[in-house]
Amino acid sequence: MTPEHGNGRTLRARDPVAADHLAGAPEQAATPVPSVPAGWDRSADLTKPPATIPDPAQVEVPEDLRREIEEHMAKYPDRRSAALPALAAAQRVHGWCSPEAIAQVAAVMRVTPAYLSSVVTFYDMLNSEPVGRHYVYVCTSVSCHLRNAQALADAMKAALEPGDDINVREFECLGACDMAPMCDVDGRYIGPVDPSEAPDVIAAVREGRTPLPGRGLGDDGFHLPWEQES
Amino acid sequence: MADQTRVLLDDIDEPGLHTIEVYERLGGYQALRKALTTMEPDEIVAELQASGLRGRGGAGFSMGQKASFMPKGTMDKYLCCNADESEPGTFKDRLLMQKNPHRLIEGIVIAAVAAGANRAFIYIRGEYVLQADILNAAVAEARARGYVGANILGSGHDVDLVVHRGAGAYICGEETALLDSLEGKRGNPRLKPPFPANQGLFRGPTLINNVETLSNVPIVIAKGAEWFKQRGTEKSTGTKVVSVSGNVQRPGNYEIELGIPAREIVYGLAGGPPPGRKVKCWFPGGSSAPVLLEEDLDRPYSFESMAEAGSMLGSGAIIVVDDSVPIVSLALRVARFYRHESCGKCVPCREGTNWTVKMLERIDRGEATPMDIEILDQVQQNIMGNCLCVLGDSMAMPVRSMIAKFKDEFIAHNERAREAADRLAVGAGLSSEPVDAAA
Repeated sequence: MTPEHGNGRTLRARDPVAADHLAGAPEQAATPVPSVPAGWDRSADLTKPPATIPDPAQVEVPEDLRREIEEHMAKYPDRRSAALPALAAAQRVHGWCSPEAIAQVAAVMRVTPAYLSSVVTFYDMLNSEPVGRHYVYVCTSVSCHLRNAQALADAMKAALEPGDDINVREFECLGACDMAPMCDVDGRYIGPVDPSEAPDVIAAVREGRTPLPGRGLGDDGFHLPWEQES
Repeated sequence: MADQTRVLLDDIDEPGLHTIEVYERLGGYQALRKALTTMEPDEIVAELQASGLRGRGGAGFSMGQKASFMPKGTMDKYLCCNADESEPGTFKDRLLMQKNPHRLIEGIVIAAVAAGANRAFIYIRGEYVLQADILNAAVAEARARGYVGANILGSGHDVDLVVHRGAGAYICGEETALLDSLEGKRGNPRLKPPFPANQGLFRGPTLINNVETLSNVPIVIAKGAEWFKQRGTEKSTGTKVVSVSGNVQRPGNYEIELGIPAREIVYGLAGGPPPGRKVKCWFPGGSSAPVLLEEDLDRPYSFESMAEAGSMLGSGAIIVVDDSVPIVSLALRVARFYRHESCGKCVPCREGTNWTVKMLERIDRGEATPMDIEILDQVQQNIMGNCLCVLGDSMAMPVRSMIAKFKDEFIAHNERAREAADRLAVGAGLSSEPVDAAA
């Protein structure tokens, strides 16, 4: 036993409840809860038989979606390889990977809904809960973190208004550390973005405009502030 | 100001380089023609081996040697281009795919022919929407000109190429997790052996290479192994696109000859930290590389020299951290990334990344004991080498190096936070310590 263990004061500090008490304000000491798969706390209904491959005659699939999934399946030696592109396509139609979306993909791909659910819950860009149709991913990984990304993420969240159809979330490295701090708005990378510009970005997404024109990677003449214009 | 050595990025500013017309005008697809009309597959592999080209994705394994592991015979063989660039600090493949997609396609077709693979895939991370669109358009152009598809340039070789988009998972950049993901499953790494060269995608022999590695292939074939070897050092041949980010004045991609002093990259090319700031530490190869100190900037930037210094060149991403950044916040930020991205298959990684974050948060709040810092270090040791892949190691290595090099700062941070918390508790009347009765 080390002296630390014999010290009642230190022991108390190691106890999370006492620690919150010592810190004064519990919400200050609160740490973000790690992400867990959706529905982990809901038990399965064991009285129902497990879902099997849906009967194609029973599931109505939008014609465009069916065609897109079938095209993806044709590209691979094994049709299951199309799971990611097929779920991404269904998510574009339904807004998220809802049970209905998964049933439609399962019916076309001839796989079980459970198999597709296992895939959906693994990948960050597939949503297993309803979210806004537009997305704003703010990169908060190490390079962006060093350039004040947390302030940008907080400003984006603060700029949201009730009823906005926008999914703002902190995202792990988006591979644009040269643009830090940056965000990915519906697939378009913009940066560097100052936190004061966040309300502007959110308003543009809300109104269907292009946020910060000319500041997106791939925009005509795009260059970083310290690069010479070519 | 230091100069870049531009080989891969030679024409990168040429307008319209992503179209096949411009790429062909600048000599594009001549290497493919040379490889298919004047060389046998074995000769291509030999040339790649002679060039000393090492994998640019992180491990730095000889590309030619990897290709030589592919078994002979007529079974279905595959080539996967790893374009899942997700290592924090790395953004070179993004540039190469966006600006020069045809050089990558040319390299893929040459490497596929050398490895006897007739199906190739580019696994690109889902967030790279612009780059995936550019690649899809480029593949269609290359197919229309007969550079991709059946009987390429009348040589009898078939190479089909599909761009496959991921959906946001760092682990899918690990080669066996990439294969599972490409098969339509959760991206969990596989036990090795069997190595992908024996049993990979759809259980067939598979060659997996990074975007930058494959983009170098047309250069090696067009100009020859001898020309390629003239650049770089004996064991790190050629040039490298280095992504510099963090606390520097000019973050960006710079192409350098391997072996130049790291200081020339950080200060000469990227402008060094903001005025009045000093380099506290730097990651030489993405966030999974152990950090090095200011004095290590004088070392040559090469695979062997970074290994000697106790770190690694990795994917060639330099992240510079200046002296305004508390080391605990840096360690915490790095550890949180790996906690989020751990696939959960192996216990040491799944639990180790979680515990590391919790312990670092305790230090940040001033609730840790001096022994906790020792335990934190032991947790890292228990992760390393005990999992199917190196994701856990990727957190353990930098966190361990930070503890080793900045131990006093960890202890001082904890002490300061504890004192601050105590003051707050007394002020709020929540402390069990006696409070002034007059309050």
